[in-house]
Amino acid sequence: MNNLLNSYFVKTHKLEISITIIAVVLFLIYFLGAPHVFTRFPIYRAFMQSMPFFGIIAISATFVVTLGEIDLSFPSIVGITSLIFGIIMTSTDGNFFIAFILATSLGMFAGLVNGLLVTKIGIPSIVATIGTLFFWRGLVNVISQGSGIAIVDVADGTWHHMIFVEKLFGKIPMQFIWFIVLTGLMQWVYRYHKFGNHIHFVGDNKASAQMMGINVDNVKIIAFVQLGFFSALAGIFTMYEMLYFWPTQGEGLMLTTLAAVFVGGTSVFGGKGTIFGTFIGVLIIGSLESGIVALGLSGFYVKFINGLMITVAVTVYALIQRRKS
Amino acid sequence: MAEELLKLQNIYKNFGNVKVLKDVNIKINKGEVVALIGDNGAGKSTLIKVITGVHSPNSGKVFFKEKEVQIKSVAQSRKMGIEAVYQERALCDQQELYRNIFAGREITNSFGFLDIKKQRKEAEKILRDYIGFTSKAITVDSQVMGLSGGEKQGVAFGRSLYFNSDLIVLDEPTMGLSIQETEKVLNFVKGLKNENKSAIFIDHNIIHVYGAADRFIILDRGEVVGEFNKEDISREELVQKMIQLHESGKIKVED
Repeated sequence: MNNLLNSYFVKTHKLEISITIIAVVLFLIYFLGAPHVFTRFPIYRAFMQSMPFFGIIAISATFVVTLGEIDLSFPSIVGITSLIFGIIMTSTDGNFFIAFILATSLGMFAGLVNGLLVTKIGIPSIVATIGTLFFWRGLVNVISQGSGIAIVDVADGTWHHMIFVEKLFGKIPMQFIWFIVLTGLMQWVYRYHKFGNHIHFVGDNKASAQMMGINVDNVKIIAFVQLGFFSALAGIFTMYEMLYFWPTQGEGLMLTTLAAVFVGGTSVFGGKGTIFGTFIGVLIIGSLESGIVALGLSGFYVKFINGLMITVAVTVYALIQRRKS
Repeated sequence: MAEELLKLQNIYKNFGNVKVLKDVNIKINKGEVVALIGDNGAGKSTLIKVITGVHSPNSGKVFFKEKEVQIKSVAQSRKMGIEAVYQERALCDQQELYRNIFAGREITNSFGFLDIKKQRKEAEKILRDYIGFTSKAITVDSQVMGLSGGEKQGVAFGRSLYFNSDLIVLDEPTMGLSIQETEKVLNFVKGLKNENKSAIFIDHNIIHVYGAADRFIILDRGEVVGEFNKEDISREELVQKMIQLHESGKIKVED
């Protein structure tokens, strides 16, 4: 046992192990407290259906947080890109390719704006993205004039609807498959690609990274751009699931998404993080509401327990970090 | 006549209205160790950042191996054969050693994915052969934050040797080091000459500088105010010059 605790794997994966234990304990509580719900499949299908929408963004946001930056504008990027997707789909009689390319391009453009404001103008990201949060949401309201867009006629029953949100073998929601694949891919990029490596160095120490020949500004800009892309993608998934655009789409994503990243163990100080942790963070945050209700507690407890989870998790990480240094 | 490696001609550098470098001319030959001395704010750090591509000069010419060059980035200066060893800041604390050694010039496949195996193997070689780390506590997977100041400096030196650079730029290489570690660093600097490599270094401590350098360039408020070969000036005289500069803002040049 002692050997196991001192092994290289354990030493280098303390965060991942802690978060996994927290998740296992949580699901054990669900399981024991509400066996009638958690021994049956539908609750898991519901999880697989709902988690990917914010999960995809959380995975992508882990890159930005590892930089020591933050992006608060993604809920509005989801809004504006969904709106554009809806408009193009309905006006082209369901031309998926044009709608997809324009919506994701707009997402990347919004990310580029964030990146330029932070690097070239020098506005702290928390301030710059509050600005763009309001800007893009405001634009959604102006363009949509407050009304929604139904895409059910042009999207329902199409092959794209199938590959985005229908059920594989009638059981597994496709968005969950995409979420798993993207998580794996992003984990690979995060740890083993030059870009992921540079994210860690810039987040760790900007000045050092620059002296080592890393283009700090470019790394940051690309990080914001990819978050814009994945926000658009999450918006498109939501559109297919709901077959409807509504002007507040994306609002309410902010806290769950960032909570998943921080509960997952990525440091707000930058330089260290884990995609796997964010994934588990998504499972935790995404299951709390149904879990709590299934346990027989009233819905009023949801926020309270959410807050408790986040506080406990970040306290554990802070303690691990302090013992190290 | 010694072969010229680096020449800076009429270099000016401003940050906004502040003129940090004013008409700086210096030359470094192959196999020569040059010490850059001067008070805080004299422009030493800016000057070496011009050489390593962190800053671009506002005007002036840079010659490397007798060819005019424009050093626009750190990556470019490294490619040319200039390697910087920055005190402490050379490494990122929370990242593993093998990642630090190759930061900014990772060994990758054509898709940009890291060849972790090769990086670790090469890093192992650097630790063993170039630095001579024998401690089992330090491996290529160690995070930098657990290392002492001297060990960090050692890694930075090892890295510069591994990449086989012609000119090594050392920023305050002995700051914060123990006496033994300082000795190691100075030996390293002296060892460079045997390989016909050049070095330029900044140090506050004239005693360190004197032992290791062939030539001293004194900077004051952005200008070169004195230049001495070691055979022409004793340690005491050099100290006197610095005190004089500090008190009067001028250096008397007798010859």
